[in-house]
Amino acid sequence: MKILIIEDEKDMRQNMKATLEKENFLVELAGTYKDAMSKIGIYDYDCILLDIMLPDGNGLEVLKAIKEKGYGDSVIIVSAKNSLDDKVQGLDLGADDYLPKPFHMAELNARVKAVLRRRKFDGANLLQIGNISIDMDNHQVSVDGRDLELNRKEFDVLFYLCTNQNRLVSKSALAEHVWGDYIDQADNFDFIYSQIKNLRKKLLDHHAEVEIKAVYGIGYKLLVS
Amino acid sequence: MKLLNYTTTYFAGILILLLGIWAVIFYFEILDEIYDSMDDGLDNQKMLIIRKARQDPFVLEKNAFEDGNYIITPTTPENSHSFTDSYRDSLMYMENESEYEPVRLLESVFQQEGRFYKIKVVTSMVEEDDLRKELFFSLIWLYLGLILSILVLNNFLQQKTWKPFYKLLSRLENFSIEKDRDIKYEKTNIDEFQLLNERVDRLLKKSVESYHSQKEFIENASHELQTPLAISINKLELMAENATLSPDQMEELGTVLNSLERLTRLNRSLLLLSRIENRQFVEEEKINWNEQVKTVMAEFQDFAAHQQVEMIFSEDAVVEHTGNRDLVRILLSNLIKNAILHSSSGTVVEIQILPEIIQFKNSGNNPLDKTKIFNRFQGAEKVQSTGLGLAISKAIAERFGLELSYSFIDKKHVFIIRF
Repeated sequence: MKILIIEDEKDMRQNMKATLEKENFLVELAGTYKDAMSKIGIYDYDCILLDIMLPDGNGLEVLKAIKEKGYGDSVIIVSAKNSLDDKVQGLDLGADDYLPKPFHMAELNARVKAVLRRRKFDGANLLQIGNISIDMDNHQVSVDGRDLELNRKEFDVLFYLCTNQNRLVSKSALAEHVWGDYIDQADNFDFIYSQIKNLRKKLLDHHAEVEIKAVYGIGYKLLVS
Repeated sequence: MKLLNYTTTYFAGILILLLGIWAVIFYFEILDEIYDSMDDGLDNQKMLIIRKARQDPFVLEKNAFEDGNYIITPTTPENSHSFTDSYRDSLMYMENESEYEPVRLLESVFQQEGRFYKIKVVTSMVEEDDLRKELFFSLIWLYLGLILSILVLNNFLQQKTWKPFYKLLSRLENFSIEKDRDIKYEKTNIDEFQLLNERVDRLLKKSVESYHSQKEFIENASHELQTPLAISINKLELMAENATLSPDQMEELGTVLNSLERLTRLNRSLLLLSRIENRQFVEEEKINWNEQVKTVMAEFQDFAAHQQVEMIFSEDAVVEHTGNRDLVRILLSNLIKNAILHSSSGTVVEIQILPEIIQFKNSGNNPLDKTKIFNRFQGAEKVQSTGLGLAISKAIAERFGLELSYSFIDKKHVFIIRF
């Protein structure tokens, strides 16, 4: 899987590259409008992360060029300017998602994977981790073929952790993703602990080969045992 | 009190005083003049009678008033020598009015053919009480007439002269610093009004300018903060994945991350606030608030359970009102979160939907300061709060023309959205 990051801030670029490389993606970088235009002119990418505020041009122009090319690269707009106009305009121009800065690395991961999933397999959307398989379309989980009953939030938590397998997921990233955008008003994310506790118990009861490990002070990590 | 009424009141007071003084002076002047001319008349009459008496001695025998206005009686020389003409007021029975009326009386002596006679001439006099009454009523009419003409004149003049002033006033009244850039003025020939217009114009332009630049500043600052925040948070997240860190270092890292995330929330809230005020949420639709309340409550269920607070919901009505879905959610989640966060464990948060009202109640010990709680960075005594939640709520409510109010009833904090 090839990913292009178009982002003018060097540190931002490096962070995104580092986190995506951990997921074994092939990552290329472009720091300017010119650079980006020449890269998309030559290569095709599975996913392009696009900052729309570039020093030498508008990212929306890049988006237009990508869409005109017709290869069907997925595009996620990454913007510090969390304005509705840009979002609407970007999505109208054919962007697949819109991710406002600042975001969590786990969220970036999840978004990229979601975009790639939508793109690659139409139909059976199965995620296999250890002896767990997750059917994304039907919101069903089974361990060794046996169904595991989860409520919506438990499912979302498990799925998010699986998407970020072996990665550290902070409590706030998890809360914002699972409990919605508005929960970020809650300021204190300890409440997700009870869902984690229930999930752990269910996984243990079904002899799942995964473990949700707490990383004290920060969040959780899903490990395959 | 209106400007017109204010000046008229002054005029009314001053006029009463002036007219009162004038009336007294006028009364005595006119009375004096009346006496004067009456006395002259009496003197003249006396002389005519004396002349007539010289030709017709019968006149000298008229000693009753009956059909004339004089009497003549003989007198002694002794009395006559010291006698001077005297005018005085007296009473006399008037047949036509069947009562005693005041008369003016001239007493004099004269000599005819060696004998002395005393003559009294009377003339009916003005009745002073009638005069006063007449004068009083005339004055009242005059007064009313004057006031009326002042009012009419004032109204007329005001419309002409004060036109620029009232125009300016009504424009200022409708002026909103969020919407308007400046106000239009009429040209005027009156220097003071021209000056006023210019000064107000300059002041307004300055305020609007600083208002916008302040808003712009907040928005730009928030935007500019996003990228460095993102970089720091992401760097720390990547660092935390580094397995070589000890648990202690990990915890420290967690603290830094938490603070940065809190900063992010604060920054987002500030951005949100300025975006609401900039009216950047254009999409509006008819919204069923009951459904939204239920959705938000479901989102906060886990949070409430963690805080050991029970949410009790009741709906006696369906509330529908246009709004922006995102903003409605933010408004409701702010209020619900607030109620949960500020409740002690084991207590209850009541959320009630009544006709045209949604209210949020949670128990508390002391009332909050009504005048301040909706201001920015007020009431954030609880740690981990941005202090912007209620300011945002207020801004959203105002945006949709709703009334958001706070009261403290029966040891309960009550926030009410009124539709």
